[in-house]
Amino acid sequence: MLNFLIRRLGVMALTMICLTFMVFYLVNLEPNLRKLAISQTEMHASDEHIESWLTRNGYRRAFIERYAAWIGVWPKKPNIDTETGKPVSRFSYCSEPAESVFAGVIQGDFGCSTKFKTKVAEKMLPALRATGLLMFWVMVTMVPVALFFGILSGMREGSKLDRTLSVVSIVTTSTPEYVSGVVLTIIFGTWLGWLNGSAASATGDGITFYNFTLPVITPAIYGMGYIARMTRASMIEVMTAQYIRTARLKGLGFYAVVVKHALRNALIAPFTVIMLLFPWLLTGVVIVEVMFRYQGFGLALVEAAGNNDIDLMLACSLVSVVLVLATQLISDVGYAWLNPRIRVQ
Amino acid sequence: MVEPILEIKNLCISFFTRAIEIPAVMDFSCTIMPGEAMGLVGESGCGKSTVALAILRDLARIGRITSGSIRFNGRDMATLDEAELTRIRGSEIAMVYQEPMASLNPTMKIGQQLTEVLFIHEKVSKAEAYARALEMVKAVRLPDPERMMRSYPHQLSGGQQQRIVIAMALLANPKLLILDEPTTALDVTVEAGIVELVKDLGKRFGTSMLFISHNLGLILETCDRVTVMYSGEAVETGPIDEVFGAVRHPYTQGLFRSMPLLGTNRNSSPLVPIPGQLPLPHERPNGCNFGPRCSYFVDGQCNKAVIDMLPAGSATHLSRCLRIEAIDWDAVAKSAVANVPTVIGDNLLEVHSLKKHYQVAASELFGGREARTVKAVEDVSFNAREAETVAIVGESGCGKSTLAKVLLGLELATGGTASFDTTYIQADPIDKRTTKLISSVQMIFQNPFDTLNPSYSVGSQIIRTLERFDIGSTTEERQNMMLELLDLVKLPRAFATRMPRQLSGGQKQRIGVARAFAGRPRMIIADEPMSALDVSVQAAITELLTNLQRNSRTTMLLISHDLSLVRYLSDRVIVMYLGHIVEQGTTDQIFQPPYHPYTEALLAAIPLADTKAKKRKVVLEGEIPSAMSPPPGCPFQTRCHLKSNVSGGLCETVVPPMRVLAEGHAIKCHLPTEVLDAMTPVIS
Repeated sequence: MLNFLIRRLGVMALTMICLTFMVFYLVNLEPNLRKLAISQTEMHASDEHIESWLTRNGYRRAFIERYAAWIGVWPKKPNIDTETGKPVSRFSYCSEPAESVFAGVIQGDFGCSTKFKTKVAEKMLPALRATGLLMFWVMVTMVPVALFFGILSGMREGSKLDRTLSVVSIVTTSTPEYVSGVVLTIIFGTWLGWLNGSAASATGDGITFYNFTLPVITPAIYGMGYIARMTRASMIEVMTAQYIRTARLKGLGFYAVVVKHALRNALIAPFTVIMLLFPWLLTGVVIVEVMFRYQGFGLALVEAAGNNDIDLMLACSLVSVVLVLATQLISDVGYAWLNPRIRVQ
Repeated sequence: MVEPILEIKNLCISFFTRAIEIPAVMDFSCTIMPGEAMGLVGESGCGKSTVALAILRDLARIGRITSGSIRFNGRDMATLDEAELTRIRGSEIAMVYQEPMASLNPTMKIGQQLTEVLFIHEKVSKAEAYARALEMVKAVRLPDPERMMRSYPHQLSGGQQQRIVIAMALLANPKLLILDEPTTALDVTVEAGIVELVKDLGKRFGTSMLFISHNLGLILETCDRVTVMYSGEAVETGPIDEVFGAVRHPYTQGLFRSMPLLGTNRNSSPLVPIPGQLPLPHERPNGCNFGPRCSYFVDGQCNKAVIDMLPAGSATHLSRCLRIEAIDWDAVAKSAVANVPTVIGDNLLEVHSLKKHYQVAASELFGGREARTVKAVEDVSFNAREAETVAIVGESGCGKSTLAKVLLGLELATGGTASFDTTYIQADPIDKRTTKLISSVQMIFQNPFDTLNPSYSVGSQIIRTLERFDIGSTTEERQNMMLELLDLVKLPRAFATRMPRQLSGGQKQRIGVARAFAGRPRMIIADEPMSALDVSVQAAITELLTNLQRNSRTTMLLISHDLSLVRYLSDRVIVMYLGHIVEQGTTDQIFQPPYHPYTEALLAAIPLADTKAKKRKVVLEGEIPSAMSPPPGCPFQTRCHLKSNVSGGLCETVVPPMRVLAEGHAIKCHLPTEVLDAMTPVIS
């Protein structure tokens, strides 16, 4: 088990290096750097102006050197004041030191967000907390309802209940979030006025049923149909298994058969799907957060990408890798727990 | 007068699809008295399992009892409501199923699954339930019962799983036990153990039994009375001795004639297959269902009206045949004419101390431990000559299929040599083999249902084989060859355009045979070619293979666990155990003493469908050891019942050498010559 965990962590580190290297390469393409320089200086800066800004802030140093500095295996060098010749802090709003230090990811320094004019960590942590909260509520509403629907429709295939629930799941899962979000906002926000169509207030005033329901419901509805379909298929297969007949002919009643014998076996397949939904949610929230103006990870990612905020984008990539691989890990371990035929040795 | 436990009267069951009503069981009657064992015999599709499920009222949603009654313990099952039904299920009527692995919940521990029965039906404490379950696990003779209770089903072998299912069925002390093909998926020796157990427990607990099987031998060993079913009807019923001793229905007779009996072979008494096929449920003929396939059929008599069960010889022996009196039941079957034995040619295949080891990581997914070696084939030497049939027998896990894979080039040998017609083939993978070699060594597979591509027509699949083997130069030529191959396997030419799903199991296996013979092979490896087929179909395929082989002088390696078939088909036999050849010799030498102790146990395990044959009891204890950690010394020493005759612990330390007992007969055993000489035949 320990061995298994160590290997998984190794894989995670390797994936991080590969992905961040690619992202680092892309954000450092010349047009992207120019875009950054323009947004950081003035709109009508001349080419010399842009070039001098890039050189001064260290963007003209060797690519590998800057990547190594970001990781923390190479010192980050301060800017040199052209007039005094003395080292000065690179981004004063991030209070970067005016000396050459190792300050990379390994040291816990994720760099400086040029867009939000603050340390990446200071921007990311609240954003992640906000998104985590959103994802938590999405999962809490989505998963139990989806499993319940899936099991209900799968335990008696072809019944009226099954057909009704199937139609509902297909409709919800075939409606993209940007459609359902708009429709729900119009119905519950504009017409009925029960719910707030914007979650902007959630960041400052805290979440309430009024401002938070729509952002939660929108992705939940989409995933719900999907998981329900998967659970239904799995349940149908399990219900025709011979051990279900054994249980029935042991003298168990229908509901006892479902709860005691079918449930655990039927959950094995959807479990993996649910775990795969975490990474999906992380990117899925981009739409929801933008749509409802919710200050979370998705909104930060959009802003970072729109402004070529190098350090912020790299940090977002790291978060994604950790989330994807961590859910995979949980999925594997949980799978082994649900299915005794596979054991972590 | 004693009341019967189960009384089925004129039962009719139909399945209702959207379009039509399909009658599955018609006019089925049967009674089972307390403590009695009733056998239910028939081929697949005859409705025997439907009867079993109808007794428990667990038919699929589309199935319905249309008329007739099932009375259990004096109560009409049709009047019971859902609550009463669940009370009876598992406590008064219990069932044992065909596939033990699939019948146990894979995510629940054995202990939980057993005690559950007691929690449902009796208000018992946890401790008492556990104690009683443990007691039952001991009663079904499982080793280490406490560990069994803590295990998951997949951690047990097939035989152990079936014992658990039996234990589960008997826990609540049912009055009636239904066994639906309980040993079909198991090895012969394991089967013998289960049969022994069922008989014994039946006596001990006084349970009545309904034993469903397609194996006449098993029925004879376990049951007091038997009912033979054909196409949804009972065709013959009576006390076991009367039915087996004096058959009074042409179908039952046909079943017996299509089964190889021990002591017969393909030359002296060829099998007589039942012609034709089982009619589809909605296309049954008028009058006698068996009419179109019956050699005693008389037009105007047999196909006129529905036939009732008629007394045949005694009040308890009934048969659904109008011509009981008219048929001479003792006459020898017409086509049973002896064949001239084929002349065996020169050596074609020579295998010398062949080895196949697999390296396996301790666990693929979560591994990290050092790799272990599975010794699937360890030291195998034999030869096969032109036109000869060499049978390889042994339980699952003995390495017989691995050996076949090495010969076919699907696996590479770890050591030793195998030469086919003077070429060494043990190190040639299939993709490096010449087309000529591939087409000369072909295989017939166990399961005809999986070996045909479902999306191509039968003809195109055979033509594809011809193309691959570079046979024929034009499409028309190959088309003609394909049609000739269909003739060869006695299928109508119209089948060329059919899809595999339109064919029955036997027909698919014929296609398999046609494909194997397409490249005019010199050697055929047949891996359990009959085990997925029904008895009457088996006979037809067996005859087909025999004739093809006789005419083409092909060598055949027959891999099988069915010793009756082996005896019938083969010239020589190789007995394998745990990767070793423990005995080899001509068929007569193998089936007569002296035996290797393992061969002796295998022979004793065959269920015989012959009332006259007497069998000596040799029960094999324990399980086949893992090929990952084979025992030191003789591979068979952990289960050998004759080990005490060898002094000095030789069996535990030294692998016995191959000892030649007679010309062509050798065994790998330490037993002293006196013990071997004193052996008596297992079957007499």
